[in-house]
Amino acid sequence: MANEENEATDSMVRFEKVRKFYGEIEVLKGISLNVSRGEVISLIGRSGSGKSTALRCINGLEAINEGRLHVCGRALHDAHIDLRALRRDVGIVFQSYNLFPHLTVLQNITLAPRKVRRLPLKEATDLALRVLNQVGLFEKANAYPSELSGGQQQRVAIARSLAMEPRLMLFDEVTSALDPELTGEVLRVIEKLAADGMTMVIVTHEMAFARSVADQLVFMNQGIVWETGNGDMLRQPRTEELQQFVGSGL
Amino acid sequence: MIYKFDFSFLLQYWPELLRGVWLTLRMTLLSILPGFAVGTLCALGRIYGPVNLARAIKTYVELIRNTPLIIQVFWLFFGLSALHFRISALAAAVIALVVNVSAYTAEIMRAGFEAIPKGQLEAASCLAMSRRQMIWHIELPQAVERVYPALVSQFVLMMLATSIMSQISADELTGAADLIQSFTFRGFEAYIVVAVIYLIIVSLMRLVMLASAAMLFPRLRALRSPL
Amino acid sequence: MLFNLTPEQFFYIFRGAGWTIVLSMLGVAGGVLLGIPIALARVSRHTWLKRASGLYVQINQAIPLPVTMFVVYFGISIGGYTVPVLVAAALALTVNAAAYLGEIWRGSIESVPSTQWEASESLALSYVQRMQYVILPQALRISIPPTVGFVVALVKNTSYAVVIGMSELTYSSRVVNNTTFQPFVIFTIAAGLYFMMCYPLSVLSLRLERIVRQA
Repeated sequence: MANEENEATDSMVRFEKVRKFYGEIEVLKGISLNVSRGEVISLIGRSGSGKSTALRCINGLEAINEGRLHVCGRALHDAHIDLRALRRDVGIVFQSYNLFPHLTVLQNITLAPRKVRRLPLKEATDLALRVLNQVGLFEKANAYPSELSGGQQQRVAIARSLAMEPRLMLFDEVTSALDPELTGEVLRVIEKLAADGMTMVIVTHEMAFARSVADQLVFMNQGIVWETGNGDMLRQPRTEELQQFVGSGL
Repeated sequence: MIYKFDFSFLLQYWPELLRGVWLTLRMTLLSILPGFAVGTLCALGRIYGPVNLARAIKTYVELIRNTPLIIQVFWLFFGLSALHFRISALAAAVIALVVNVSAYTAEIMRAGFEAIPKGQLEAASCLAMSRRQMIWHIELPQAVERVYPALVSQFVLMMLATSIMSQISADELTGAADLIQSFTFRGFEAYIVVAVIYLIIVSLMRLVMLASAAMLFPRLRALRSPL
Repeated sequence: MLFNLTPEQFFYIFRGAGWTIVLSMLGVAGGVLLGIPIALARVSRHTWLKRASGLYVQINQAIPLPVTMFVVYFGISIGGYTVPVLVAAALALTVNAAAYLGEIWRGSIESVPSTQWEASESLALSYVQRMQYVILPQALRISIPPTVGFVVALVKNTSYAVVIGMSELTYSSRVVNNTTFQPFVIFTIAAGLYFMMCYPLSVLSLRLERIVRQA
C-alpha cells in the first residue's frame, strides 16, 4: 500500500493496458505508459497512430474502454470521476488555440481563475499579467484575439491554461496550424516551461523540438506504444516502422 | 370628382393617437425581454436538455410558427373569459406576444448557439468551467452578437403585430385610427397618419437597438468587425 | 352535433378556410408578379431605381399589414370604385408581399458568387444576357427555400383580412364563436386548419434548403 502511494505521488500519469474503441475500431490497443512529476514526454507518430487520442484521455476528453488510467492521483477509469476537479490540475493547449473571440486577451486568461477558482478581479488580473509576461505578451493584454498572429494567439492559449496553475500540461500538436516562422516563438515558451519543471505531455510533429525538450520519447504506431527511449532513439531506431517514420522526415 | 383630403381631425383627436402610441409601446416593451428570455431558454433546452424536453419544445415552436398570431390571441383571450378568468386585454396581448415571440426567438438563438465553434466549448470545459458558466460567459454573448440583426428584425415585427390587438379591444395605435374613422369618416387620412407614425416608431426602434449594440458588444465597438 | 357545433357552423368555418386558400394564392401570385420588378430594381445599376425600390421596401416593411389593408380598402373607395373585400385584401397582400419577396430575391441575386459576374462579363455578354442566362437561373435556385418560407408567412398574414371584414378562416371562426361561445374548440379547429396549410410548406422549405445547400 505504501509503495503504491509513493508511486502515486510521484506518478502524474499512468496508463495501464488502456484500450479505447471508436465504435468497432480499436484506436488504443492496450497501451501502458508512465509520466513522473517534472518529466516531459513527447508522443510522436503518424496521423491515426492514436497519440492525440491517448493525450485526450488524460484529461477526460476521451473515455477509455478497458484498462486503468491514473492522472494526478485520480482514476479516470472510474465512472464517477469528477472531471471538473481533475481539469483544475490538468491544463491543455489545442492545435486551433480555441481562444474566446469576444473577450480580450486579459479577459480570456482571467475568466477561469475568477469563475472556477473564485479569485477576486485584482488577484486574477495580477496573475494573468504574470503569465502573459511569462509567454512574452504582456503588452497585448487588452487586444482581441483577432488582432494577434497565430503564434501570439497560441501563446495566449498557453498563458490561459497556465493561469489555472496546473500540475500537468498537455500540448496537442500546438504548432501544426501555424506558419513555419511562427512556430519558434511557441516552442521557446514550451522549452522554458519544461526548464521550470512543469510536467508535460507533448504531441508534436516537430522532431528536432521533441528530441531537445523531452526526457522521454514515445513512438506510437497503430494504437500501440511501439518504441520508447530518449533522444538517441531517433538516431538509432530499433524497429523498421520508426526507421521509416524518421526517414520520411515527419 | 376629386377627393378632398382633410387632415383636420388631427387637431381634435391627437390625444387618442398619443394614447394609442403609448399602448403600442407598452405592449412592445413589456413583451421584448420576457420573450427573449423564454426563447433563449427554449433554445438551450433544445440543445442541452433531455430528449423529451427537446421534443416538447420543438412541438411548441412548430405550433406557434405555423399558426397566425391573431388565432393565438383569440384562443387565449376568449378562452380565458369563457373560463370566467377576468384578464385585461393588455395582459392577454402581452402573454400572447411573449408566447409568440419566444418561439421565433428560440429558432434564431438556436442558430446562434449552433454557430459557435465546438473547440471553444472544449477549451472552456478543459478550464474546469461548469455548463452554466460556459453558457453565460462564452455561448450567450457570442450567440446574441451573431444573430443580433435577426433579433432586431423579429422585435420590430412583434411591434408591428401589436396592431392586431385592437381586435380584442386593446386600444393601441391601429385601434385609434379605427376610432377616428368611425367618428370622422376620414378613414383614408387616419390610416395614412397612423402608417407614418408606425414608420417613425420602427425607425426609432432600429436606432435604439443599433445604439445598444455598441454598448452590448464592446468587441464590436473596438474592432468594427463581425465575429 | 360534434363539440356542440352544428354541421352548418362547421361548414361555415371550413368555407372560411377555403377563402383563406383563395386569398393566399392571389397574394402569392400578385406578390411574385410585383416582386420580380422590385427585386430587379433593387440590384439595378441605375441608382434612382435602387433608391425608389428601396424606399418601397422600407415603407412596407415598417407598416403593419392591417394598416396596409385599411389604406388600400379606404383608398379604393375614395377613388370611387367599389370592389369586393377579397380584391382589396388581395391587393394589400400583394403590396406587402412584393416588398418582402423583393428583398428575399435581392439577397438571392447578390449571393450568386461574384466570380459568375466576372466570368460572364469576360464572355462579352450584355447586362440583360448576363442576368438572363447566368445570374438569374442560379439566383432562382438559391431563392426557392426562403420564398417557400415566406409563403407560410403569407398564409398566416391572410388572417389580417379580418380587419376589413373578409370572411376568411379567422373571421368565420370569430363569427361562430360569437354565437356559440366555444372559444377553445373553435379556435383550436381554426389553428389546426392553418397548421395543416402551413406546416407542410415549412417542412418543404427546410428540405429544399438542405437540397440547395448540398448542391
